[in-house]
Amino acid sequence: MSQPHSAQEDLITVRQLRKAYGATYVLKGVDLKVKRGEVSFIIGPSGGGKSTLLRCLNFLVKPSGGEIIFGDRRLCHEDGNTFHVVPERELRDARSRMPMVFQHFNLFNHRTVLENVIEGPTRVQKRNKEEAIAEARVILDKVGLLERQDFYPDQLSGGQKQRVAIARAMAMRPQLILFDEPTSALDPELVSGILDTIRQLAVEGMTMVVVSHEMKFARRLADRVHFVAEGIVVESGTPERVFDAPESDRLKGFISSILH
Amino acid sequence: MYDFFFVLIPRHMPYLLEGALVTLELSITSMAFALVLGILVALGRLSDRALLARPLDAYVEIWRDVPLVVQLLVIYFTLPQIGIRLPGFWAGVLGLSLNLGAYLSEVFRAAITSIDDGQREAGLSIGMSRTMIYSRVILPQALRIALPTVGGYFISLLKDSSLVSFIAVNELLRHGTIVISSTFRSMEIYLMVAMIYFVMSFTASRLVARLEFILTPKHLRRNVPTVAPTPLDALPAAHTSTSTP
Repeated sequence: MSQPHSAQEDLITVRQLRKAYGATYVLKGVDLKVKRGEVSFIIGPSGGGKSTLLRCLNFLVKPSGGEIIFGDRRLCHEDGNTFHVVPERELRDARSRMPMVFQHFNLFNHRTVLENVIEGPTRVQKRNKEEAIAEARVILDKVGLLERQDFYPDQLSGGQKQRVAIARAMAMRPQLILFDEPTSALDPELVSGILDTIRQLAVEGMTMVVVSHEMKFARRLADRVHFVAEGIVVESGTPERVFDAPESDRLKGFISSILH
Repeated sequence: MYDFFFVLIPRHMPYLLEGALVTLELSITSMAFALVLGILVALGRLSDRALLARPLDAYVEIWRDVPLVVQLLVIYFTLPQIGIRLPGFWAGVLGLSLNLGAYLSEVFRAAITSIDDGQREAGLSIGMSRTMIYSRVILPQALRIALPTVGGYFISLLKDSSLVSFIAVNELLRHGTIVISSTFRSMEIYLMVAMIYFVMSFTASRLVARLEFILTPKHLRRNVPTVAPTPLDALPAAHTSTSTP
Protein backbone atom coordinates (compact mmCIF):
# COMPACT_ATOMS: atom_id res chain seq x y z
CA MET A 1 0.00 0.00 0.00
CA SER A 2 1.44 3.35 -0.97
CA GLN A 3 1.19 6.11 1.52
CA PRO A 4 0.99 9.82 0.80
CA HIS A 5 4.30 11.67 0.86
CA SER A 6 3.72 13.24 4.24
CA ALA A 7 5.66 13.98 7.38
CA GLN A 8 3.95 11.03 8.98
CA GLU A 9 5.47 8.50 6.63
CA ASP A 10 8.01 6.11 8.14
CA LEU A 11 11.30 6.46 6.28
CA ILE A 12 13.05 3.87 8.40
CA THR A 13 11.57 1.02 10.35
CA VAL A 14 13.82 -1.20 12.43
CA ARG A 15 12.50 -4.33 14.10
CA GLN A 16 14.35 -6.60 16.51
CA LEU A 17 17.73 -5.60 15.08
CA ARG A 18 20.59 -7.63 16.51
CA LYS A 19 24.34 -7.48 16.09
CA ALA A 20 26.77 -9.96 17.58
CA TYR A 21 30.54 -9.88 17.62
CA GLY A 22 31.40 -13.49 18.30
CA ALA A 23 29.19 -14.47 21.22
CA THR A 24 28.72 -10.91 22.46
CA TYR A 25 25.54 -9.15 21.46
CA VAL A 26 26.08 -5.41 21.03
CA LEU A 27 22.52 -4.92 19.78
CA LYS A 28 19.97 -7.18 21.40
CA GLY A 29 16.79 -6.42 19.52
CA VAL A 30 16.40 -2.76 18.63
CA ASP A 31 13.05 -1.35 17.54
CA LEU A 32 13.12 2.09 15.97
CA LYS A 33 11.09 4.23 13.61
CA VAL A 34 12.21 7.36 11.82
CA LYS A 35 9.60 9.48 10.11
CA ARG A 36 10.27 11.53 7.01
CA GLY A 37 11.35 15.05 7.92
CA GLU A 38 12.07 14.10 11.50
CA VAL A 39 15.27 14.76 13.45
CA SER A 40 16.05 11.81 15.70
CA PHE A 41 18.77 11.84 18.31
CA ILE A 42 20.24 8.65 19.67
CA ILE A 43 21.70 9.18 23.11
CA GLY A 44 23.05 6.88 25.76
CA PRO A 45 26.14 5.71 27.62
CA SER A 46 29.37 4.77 25.83
CA GLY A 47 29.44 1.17 24.70
CA GLY A 48 25.67 0.97 24.74
CA GLY A 49 25.44 0.31 20.99
CA LYS A 50 24.59 3.79 19.63
CA SER A 51 27.22 3.86 16.90
CA THR A 52 26.73 0.21 16.03
CA LEU A 53 23.00 0.87 15.59
CA LEU A 54 23.69 3.81 13.29
CA ARG A 55 26.22 1.80 11.27
CA CYS A 56 23.80 -1.10 10.91
CA LEU A 57 21.27 1.23 9.27
CA ASN A 58 23.54 1.71 6.24
CA PHE A 59 25.22 -1.70 6.59
CA LEU A 60 28.70 -0.35 7.29
CA VAL A 61 28.28 -2.93 10.00
CA LYS A 62 26.37 -6.00 8.90
CA PRO A 63 23.59 -6.85 11.34
CA SER A 64 23.24 -10.40 12.63
CA GLY A 65 19.45 -10.47 12.64
CA GLY A 66 16.28 -8.44 12.51
CA GLU A 67 14.58 -6.29 9.94
CA ILE A 68 15.39 -2.90 8.40
CA ILE A 69 13.01 -1.16 6.02
CA PHE A 70 14.24 1.98 4.27
CA GLY A 71 11.61 3.82 2.23
CA ASP A 72 9.92 1.17 0.14
CA ARG A 73 12.82 -1.29 0.32
CA ARG A 74 13.29 -4.00 2.88
CA LEU A 75 17.07 -4.22 3.28
CA CYS A 76 17.17 -7.22 5.57
CA HIS A 77 14.77 -9.55 7.28
CA GLU A 78 14.51 -12.94 8.89
CA ASP A 79 12.69 -15.89 7.46
CA GLY A 80 12.55 -18.67 10.00
CA ASN A 81 16.17 -19.21 10.95
CA THR A 82 17.68 -17.57 7.88
CA PHE A 83 18.77 -13.96 7.81
CA HIS A 84 18.38 -12.35 4.40
CA VAL A 85 20.20 -9.21 3.23
CA VAL A 86 19.55 -7.65 -0.18
CA PRO A 87 22.46 -7.89 -2.67
CA GLU A 88 25.40 -5.51 -2.34
CA ARG A 89 24.22 -3.48 -5.35
CA GLU A 90 20.97 -2.62 -3.57
CA LEU A 91 22.84 -1.83 -0.36
CA ARG A 92 25.02 0.60 -2.31
CA ASP A 93 21.94 2.26 -3.73
CA ALA A 94 20.45 2.56 -0.25
CA ARG A 95 23.69 3.95 1.16
CA SER A 96 23.86 6.61 -1.54
CA ARG A 97 20.45 7.83 -0.36
CA MET A 98 21.43 7.92 3.34
CA PRO A 99 25.03 9.16 3.49
CA MET A 100 26.83 9.35 6.80
CA VAL A 101 28.80 12.11 8.49
CA PHE A 102 31.55 10.69 10.68
CA GLN A 103 33.17 11.67 13.94
CA HIS A 104 36.58 11.91 12.28
CA PHE A 105 35.30 13.55 9.05
CA ASN A 106 36.84 10.89 6.79
CA LEU A 107 37.37 13.21 3.85
CA PHE A 108 39.24 11.94 0.79
CA ASN A 109 42.62 13.44 1.60
CA HIS A 110 43.98 13.51 -1.94
CA ARG A 111 41.04 15.48 -3.28
CA THR A 112 40.13 19.11 -2.93
CA VAL A 113 37.04 20.30 -1.09
CA LEU A 114 35.09 20.56 -4.34
CA GLU A 115 36.30 17.15 -5.56
CA ASN A 116 35.23 15.59 -2.27
CA VAL A 117 31.75 16.99 -2.71
CA ILE A 118 31.25 15.99 -6.38
CA GLU A 119 32.73 12.50 -6.06
CA GLY A 120 29.42 10.87 -5.14
CA PRO A 121 27.19 12.78 -7.57
CA THR A 122 29.49 12.22 -10.55
CA ARG A 123 30.83 8.73 -9.84
CA VAL A 124 28.01 7.01 -7.97
CA GLN A 125 24.99 8.82 -9.37
CA LYS A 126 26.65 9.43 -12.76
CA ARG A 127 25.34 12.95 -12.90
CA ASN A 128 26.67 15.49 -15.36
CA LYS A 129 29.91 16.95 -14.02
CA GLU A 130 29.18 20.61 -14.76
CA GLU A 131 25.79 20.37 -13.06
CA ALA A 132 27.30 18.53 -10.10
CA ILE A 133 29.93 21.25 -9.73
CA ALA A 134 27.31 24.00 -9.91
CA GLU A 135 25.21 22.26 -7.27
CA ALA A 136 28.26 21.55 -5.10
CA ARG A 137 29.16 25.24 -5.16
CA VAL A 138 25.68 26.17 -3.97
CA ILE A 139 26.00 23.67 -1.12
CA LEU A 140 29.52 24.83 -0.23
CA ASP A 141 28.27 28.38 -0.17
CA LYS A 142 25.51 27.31 2.20
CA VAL A 143 28.00 25.76 4.64
CA GLY A 144 30.25 28.82 4.24
CA LEU A 145 33.15 27.13 2.46
CA LEU A 146 32.84 28.26 -1.13
CA GLU A 147 36.07 30.21 -0.97
CA ARG A 148 37.82 27.05 0.25
CA GLN A 149 36.68 24.88 -2.67
CA ASP A 150 40.20 24.31 -4.01
CA PHE A 151 41.79 23.56 -0.63
CA TYR A 152 42.87 20.11 0.45
CA PRO A 153 41.48 18.59 3.66
CA ASP A 154 44.72 18.99 5.60
CA GLN A 155 44.63 22.73 4.93
CA LEU A 156 41.34 23.01 6.83
CA SER A 157 40.40 23.21 10.50
CA GLY A 158 38.40 20.40 12.07
CA GLY A 159 35.21 22.42 11.89
CA GLN A 160 35.75 23.20 8.23
CA LYS A 161 36.48 19.55 7.48
CA GLN A 162 33.23 18.52 9.12
CA ARG A 163 31.29 21.09 7.11
CA VAL A 164 32.83 19.66 3.94
CA ALA A 165 31.75 16.21 5.09
CA ILE A 166 28.21 17.51 5.58
CA ALA A 167 28.34 19.14 2.14
CA ARG A 168 29.51 15.82 0.67
CA ALA A 169 26.48 14.14 2.22
CA MET A 170 24.09 16.87 1.06
CA ALA A 171 25.39 16.64 -2.50
CA MET A 172 23.94 13.13 -2.68
CA ARG A 173 20.44 14.70 -2.55
CA PRO A 174 19.82 12.30 0.33
CA GLN A 175 16.55 11.17 1.83
CA LEU A 176 18.28 10.93 5.18
CA ILE A 177 21.64 11.89 6.68
CA LEU A 178 23.24 9.81 9.41
CA PHE A 179 25.51 11.64 11.87
CA ASP A 180 27.92 9.61 13.98
CA GLU A 181 29.00 11.89 16.83
CA PRO A 182 29.70 14.77 14.43
CA THR A 183 31.13 17.12 17.05
CA SER A 184 33.03 14.71 19.32
CA ALA A 185 36.39 15.19 17.60
CA LEU A 186 36.17 18.99 17.47
CA ASP A 187 37.68 21.64 19.67
CA PRO A 188 34.96 23.14 21.88
CA GLU A 189 34.95 26.48 20.07
CA LEU A 190 34.29 24.77 16.73
CA VAL A 191 31.30 22.74 17.91
CA SER A 192 28.69 25.47 17.59
CA GLY A 193 29.48 26.04 13.90
CA ILE A 194 28.68 22.41 13.11
CA LEU A 195 25.58 22.46 15.27
CA ASP A 196 24.40 25.56 13.37
CA THR A 197 24.88 23.74 10.07
CA ILE A 198 22.88 20.76 11.33
CA ARG A 199 20.18 23.09 12.66
CA GLN A 200 19.95 24.78 9.26
CA LEU A 201 19.41 21.34 7.67
CA ALA A 202 16.69 20.58 10.21
CA VAL A 203 14.93 23.83 9.36
CA GLU A 204 14.98 22.83 5.70
CA GLY A 205 13.21 19.60 6.63
CA MET A 206 16.07 17.14 6.14
CA THR A 207 15.51 13.80 7.84
CA MET A 208 18.42 13.11 10.17
CA VAL A 209 19.50 10.49 12.66
CA VAL A 210 22.14 11.89 14.98
CA VAL A 211 24.23 10.01 17.52
CA SER A 212 25.45 12.74 19.84
CA HIS A 213 26.57 13.66 23.32
CA GLU A 214 25.35 17.24 22.88
CA MET A 215 22.35 16.98 25.18
CA LYS A 216 21.38 20.64 25.11
CA PHE A 217 21.45 20.53 21.37
CA ALA A 218 19.39 17.33 21.29
CA ARG A 219 16.78 18.93 23.51
CA ARG A 220 16.47 21.98 21.25
CA LEU A 221 16.62 20.30 17.88
CA ALA A 222 15.29 16.77 18.18
CA ASP A 223 11.77 15.74 17.24
CA ARG A 224 12.41 12.42 18.91
CA VAL A 225 15.07 11.17 21.27
CA HIS A 226 15.97 7.50 21.57
CA PHE A 227 17.83 6.38 24.65
CA VAL A 228 19.98 3.36 23.81
CA ALA A 229 21.70 1.32 26.50
CA GLU A 230 22.95 -2.25 26.72
CA GLY A 231 21.94 -2.97 23.16
CA ILE A 232 18.30 -1.94 23.21
CA VAL A 233 16.21 1.22 22.86
CA VAL A 234 15.22 1.71 26.47
CA GLU A 235 12.99 4.74 25.98
CA SER A 236 11.87 6.91 23.09
CA GLY A 237 9.92 10.11 22.98
CA THR A 238 9.93 13.83 22.55
CA PRO A 239 12.93 15.58 24.12
CA GLU A 240 10.66 16.92 26.90
CA ARG A 241 9.39 13.43 27.64
CA VAL A 242 12.83 11.85 27.67
CA PHE A 243 14.76 14.57 29.47
CA ASP A 244 12.10 15.87 31.89
CA ALA A 245 10.06 12.79 32.62
CA PRO A 246 12.30 9.73 32.27
CA GLU A 247 10.55 6.53 33.28
CA SER A 248 13.21 3.85 33.49
CA ASP A 249 15.85 3.85 36.20
CA ARG A 250 18.55 3.53 33.58
CA LEU A 251 17.50 6.72 31.79
CA LYS A 252 17.04 8.54 35.11
CA GLY A 253 20.56 7.49 36.06
CA PHE A 254 21.96 8.58 32.70
CA ILE A 255 20.31 11.98 32.85
CA SER A 256 21.45 12.69 36.37
CA SER A 257 24.98 11.59 35.44
CA ILE A 258 25.16 14.12 32.59
CA LEU A 259 23.63 16.90 34.66
CA HIS A 260 26.02 16.55 37.57
CA MET B 1 102.37 2.54 -12.35
CA TYR B 2 99.64 0.47 -13.95
CA ASP B 3 99.34 1.07 -17.63
CA PHE B 4 95.68 1.96 -18.11
CA PHE B 5 94.58 1.10 -21.60
CA PHE B 6 92.51 4.18 -22.40
CA VAL B 7 92.24 3.03 -25.94
CA LEU B 8 89.90 0.28 -24.72
CA ILE B 9 87.25 2.85 -23.87
CA PRO B 10 86.30 4.01 -27.37
CA ARG B 11 86.98 0.58 -28.78
CA HIS B 12 84.60 -1.34 -26.51
CA MET B 13 82.16 1.29 -25.33
CA PRO B 14 79.63 0.73 -28.16
CA TYR B 15 79.46 -2.98 -27.37
CA LEU B 16 79.04 -2.32 -23.65
CA LEU B 17 76.34 0.29 -24.32
CA GLU B 18 74.55 -2.26 -26.44
CA GLY B 19 74.52 -4.47 -23.35
CA ALA B 20 73.39 -1.54 -21.23
CA LEU B 21 70.42 -1.08 -23.55
CA VAL B 22 69.43 -4.71 -22.92
CA THR B 23 69.84 -4.10 -19.19
CA LEU B 24 67.44 -1.17 -19.46
CA GLU B 25 64.93 -3.14 -21.54
CA LEU B 26 65.15 -6.03 -19.11
CA SER B 27 64.67 -3.78 -16.08
CA ILE B 28 61.84 -1.68 -17.47
CA THR B 29 59.92 -4.69 -18.77
CA SER B 30 60.38 -6.58 -15.50
CA MET B 31 59.38 -3.50 -13.51
CA ALA B 32 56.15 -3.13 -15.49
CA PHE B 33 55.18 -6.75 -14.83
CA ALA B 34 56.30 -6.57 -11.20
CA LEU B 35 54.20 -3.46 -10.56
CA VAL B 36 51.04 -5.08 -11.85
CA LEU B 37 51.86 -8.32 -10.05
CA GLY B 38 52.73 -6.51 -6.83
CA ILE B 39 49.45 -4.54 -6.75
CA LEU B 40 47.33 -7.58 -7.60
CA VAL B 41 49.08 -9.77 -5.02
CA ALA B 42 48.74 -7.04 -2.37
CA LEU B 43 45.00 -6.72 -3.08
CA GLY B 44 44.64 -10.50 -3.07
CA ARG B 45 46.40 -10.86 0.25
CA LEU B 46 44.26 -8.12 1.77
CA SER B 47 41.03 -9.74 0.61
CA ASP B 48 39.09 -11.75 3.15
CA ARG B 49 39.05 -14.78 0.87
CA ALA B 50 41.51 -17.19 2.46
CA LEU B 51 41.54 -19.36 -0.65
CA LEU B 52 43.09 -16.44 -2.51
CA ALA B 53 45.11 -14.85 0.28
CA ARG B 54 46.94 -17.88 1.75
CA PRO B 55 48.52 -19.15 -1.51
CA LEU B 56 49.65 -15.58 -2.22
CA ASP B 57 51.19 -15.40 1.26
CA ALA B 58 53.09 -18.57 0.39
CA TYR B 59 54.26 -17.10 -2.94
CA VAL B 60 55.64 -13.98 -1.26
CA GLU B 61 57.32 -16.00 1.47
CA ILE B 62 58.95 -18.50 -0.88
CA TRP B 63 60.19 -15.92 -3.36
CA ARG B 64 61.69 -13.79 -0.65
CA ASP B 65 63.48 -16.73 0.93
CA VAL B 66 65.42 -18.00 -2.12
CA PRO B 67 68.35 -16.06 -3.61
CA LEU B 68 67.45 -14.31 -6.85
CA VAL B 69 70.27 -15.93 -8.80
CA VAL B 70 69.03 -19.37 -7.74
CA GLN B 71 65.50 -18.45 -8.80
CA LEU B 72 66.79 -17.43 -12.22
CA LEU B 73 68.74 -20.66 -12.63
CA VAL B 74 65.77 -22.75 -11.54
CA ILE B 75 63.47 -20.99 -14.00
CA TYR B 76 66.00 -21.18 -16.81
CA PHE B 77 66.68 -24.89 -16.37
CA THR B 78 63.25 -26.08 -15.23
CA LEU B 79 60.96 -24.53 -17.82
CA PRO B 80 62.44 -26.49 -20.79
CA GLN B 81 61.88 -29.71 -18.82
CA ILE B 82 58.15 -29.02 -18.71
CA GLY B 83 58.07 -28.08 -22.35
CA ILE B 84 58.27 -24.31 -22.09
CA ARG B 85 61.06 -22.80 -24.14
CA LEU B 86 61.62 -19.16 -23.34
CA PRO B 87 64.37 -17.05 -24.87
CA GLY B 88 66.93 -16.05 -22.24
CA PHE B 89 65.63 -12.48 -22.18
CA TRP B 90 62.09 -13.55 -21.31
CA ALA B 91 63.26 -16.13 -18.80
CA GLY B 92 65.13 -13.24 -17.20
CA VAL B 93 62.04 -11.02 -17.26
CA LEU B 94 59.97 -13.82 -15.73
CA GLY B 95 62.49 -14.42 -12.95
CA LEU B 96 63.01 -10.75 -12.15
CA SER B 97 59.26 -9.96 -12.25
CA LEU B 98 58.28 -12.82 -9.98
CA ASN B 99 61.00 -11.87 -7.54
CA LEU B 100 60.34 -8.14 -7.50
CA GLY B 101 56.57 -8.70 -7.53
CA ALA B 102 56.88 -10.50 -4.19
CA TYR B 103 58.76 -7.57 -2.65
CA LEU B 104 56.55 -4.91 -4.19
CA SER B 105 53.41 -6.64 -2.95
CA GLU B 106 54.70 -6.05 0.58
CA VAL B 107 55.36 -2.39 -0.21
CA PHE B 108 51.87 -1.95 -1.66
CA ARG B 109 50.25 -3.87 1.16
CA ALA B 110 51.86 -1.59 3.72
CA ALA B 111 50.92 1.52 1.72
CA ILE B 112 47.31 0.40 1.31
CA THR B 113 46.88 -0.42 4.99
CA SER B 114 48.36 2.97 5.90
CA ILE B 115 45.32 4.71 4.37
CA ASP B 116 42.96 5.13 7.29
CA ASP B 117 39.89 2.94 7.17
CA GLY B 118 37.63 5.96 7.59
CA GLN B 119 38.11 6.91 3.95
CA ARG B 120 36.94 3.45 2.87
CA GLU B 121 33.90 3.83 5.12
CA ALA B 122 33.25 7.30 3.72
CA GLY B 123 33.33 5.86 0.20
CA LEU B 124 30.91 3.11 1.19
CA SER B 125 28.66 5.63 2.92
CA ILE B 126 28.04 7.52 -0.32
CA GLY B 127 27.35 4.31 -2.22
CA MET B 128 30.72 3.67 -3.86
CA SER B 129 31.55 0.10 -4.83
CA ARG B 130 34.65 -1.64 -3.49
CA THR B 131 36.33 -1.39 -6.89
CA MET B 132 35.55 2.30 -7.07
CA ILE B 133 36.86 2.87 -3.55
CA TYR B 134 40.13 1.17 -4.46
CA SER B 135 40.57 2.92 -7.79
CA ARG B 136 39.37 6.37 -6.73
CA VAL B 137 40.31 6.64 -3.06
CA ILE B 138 42.77 4.10 -1.74
CA LEU B 139 45.16 3.29 -4.59
CA PRO B 140 45.82 6.90 -5.68
CA GLN B 141 46.97 7.68 -2.15
CA ALA B 142 48.71 4.35 -1.52
CA LEU B 143 50.68 4.51 -4.77
CA ARG B 144 51.97 7.96 -3.91
CA ILE B 145 53.07 6.69 -0.51
CA ALA B 146 54.72 3.64 -2.10
CA LEU B 147 56.51 5.60 -4.83
CA PRO B 148 59.83 6.34 -3.07
CA THR B 149 60.21 2.72 -1.97
CA VAL B 150 59.17 1.40 -5.37
CA GLY B 151 61.65 3.77 -6.98
CA GLY B 152 64.35 2.36 -4.72
CA TYR B 153 63.43 -1.15 -5.82
CA PHE B 154 63.68 -0.08 -9.45
CA ILE B 155 67.23 1.12 -8.89
CA SER B 156 68.03 -2.18 -7.17
CA LEU B 157 66.51 -3.97 -10.14
CA LEU B 158 68.76 -2.13 -12.59
CA LYS B 159 71.72 -3.50 -10.68
CA ASP B 160 70.30 -6.93 -9.79
CA SER B 161 69.47 -7.53 -13.43
CA SER B 162 73.20 -8.19 -13.84
CA LEU B 163 72.50 -11.61 -12.30
CA VAL B 164 70.67 -12.49 -15.48
CA SER B 165 74.12 -12.80 -17.11
CA PHE B 166 74.20 -16.18 -15.31
CA ILE B 167 71.55 -17.43 -17.70
CA ALA B 168 73.35 -16.12 -20.77
CA VAL B 169 71.30 -13.01 -21.42
CA ASN B 170 73.45 -10.53 -23.30
CA GLU B 171 73.09 -7.61 -20.97
CA LEU B 172 75.70 -5.18 -19.73
CA LEU B 173 77.69 -7.38 -17.35
CA ARG B 174 77.76 -10.29 -19.78
CA HIS B 175 78.99 -8.04 -22.56
CA GLY B 176 81.68 -6.92 -20.15
CA THR B 177 82.83 -10.47 -19.41
CA ILE B 178 82.78 -11.28 -23.11
CA VAL B 179 85.08 -8.35 -23.82
CA ILE B 180 87.36 -9.39 -20.94
CA SER B 181 87.66 -12.93 -22.26
CA SER B 182 89.13 -11.57 -25.48
CA THR B 183 91.16 -8.65 -24.10
CA PHE B 184 92.17 -9.93 -20.63
CA ARG B 185 91.74 -6.35 -19.40
CA SER B 186 89.53 -6.99 -16.39
CA MET B 187 90.14 -3.75 -14.55
CA GLU B 188 89.42 -1.35 -17.41
CA ILE B 189 86.35 -3.19 -18.58
CA TYR B 190 84.86 -3.71 -15.11
CA LEU B 191 85.48 -0.04 -14.37
CA MET B 192 83.63 0.89 -17.53
CA VAL B 193 80.79 -1.49 -16.65
CA ALA B 194 80.65 -0.01 -13.15
CA MET B 195 80.53 3.50 -14.56
CA ILE B 196 77.69 2.68 -16.92
CA TYR B 197 75.71 1.08 -14.05
CA PHE B 198 76.34 4.16 -11.95
CA VAL B 199 75.17 6.58 -14.64
CA MET B 200 72.01 4.53 -15.25
CA SER B 201 71.15 4.16 -11.56
CA PHE B 202 71.95 7.76 -10.74
CA THR B 203 69.76 9.01 -13.59
CA ALA B 204 66.99 6.68 -12.48
CA SER B 205 67.16 7.92 -8.90
CA ARG B 206 66.96 11.56 -10.11
CA LEU B 207 63.94 10.68 -12.23
CA VAL B 208 62.22 8.98 -9.30
CA ALA B 209 62.83 12.03 -7.10
CA ARG B 210 61.41 14.25 -9.84
CA LEU B 211 58.35 12.04 -10.23
CA GLU B 212 57.84 12.05 -6.48
CA PHE B 213 57.91 15.83 -6.49
CA ILE B 214 55.46 16.10 -9.39
CA LEU B 215 53.00 13.69 -7.79
CA THR B 216 52.99 15.52 -4.46
CA PRO B 217 50.23 18.13 -4.24
CA LYS B 218 51.68 21.62 -4.14
CA HIS B 219 50.76 22.37 -0.55
CA LEU B 220 52.49 19.20 0.67
CA ARG B 221 55.82 19.85 -1.05
CA ARG B 222 58.28 20.25 1.77
CA ASN B 223 62.03 20.74 1.98
CA VAL B 224 61.95 22.52 -1.33
CA PRO B 225 62.10 26.17 -0.34
CA THR B 226 61.56 28.27 -3.45
CA VAL B 227 62.44 31.45 -1.58
CA ALA B 228 64.73 31.87 1.40
CA PRO B 229 62.67 31.96 4.60
CA THR B 230 62.36 35.38 6.20
CA PRO B 231 64.41 35.61 9.40
CA LEU B 232 62.11 35.69 12.42
CA ASP B 233 63.38 39.02 13.75
CA ALA B 234 62.64 40.66 10.40
CA LEU B 235 58.93 39.96 10.75
CA PRO B 236 56.66 42.63 12.20
CA ALA B 237 55.34 41.49 15.57
CA ALA B 238 51.73 41.48 14.43
CA HIS B 239 52.45 38.88 11.78
CA THR B 240 54.17 36.33 13.95
CA SER B 241 51.01 34.63 15.10
CA THR B 242 49.02 32.75 12.51
CA SER B 243 45.68 31.23 13.17
CA THR B 244 43.24 29.23 11.14
CA PRO B 245 39.71 30.49 11.29
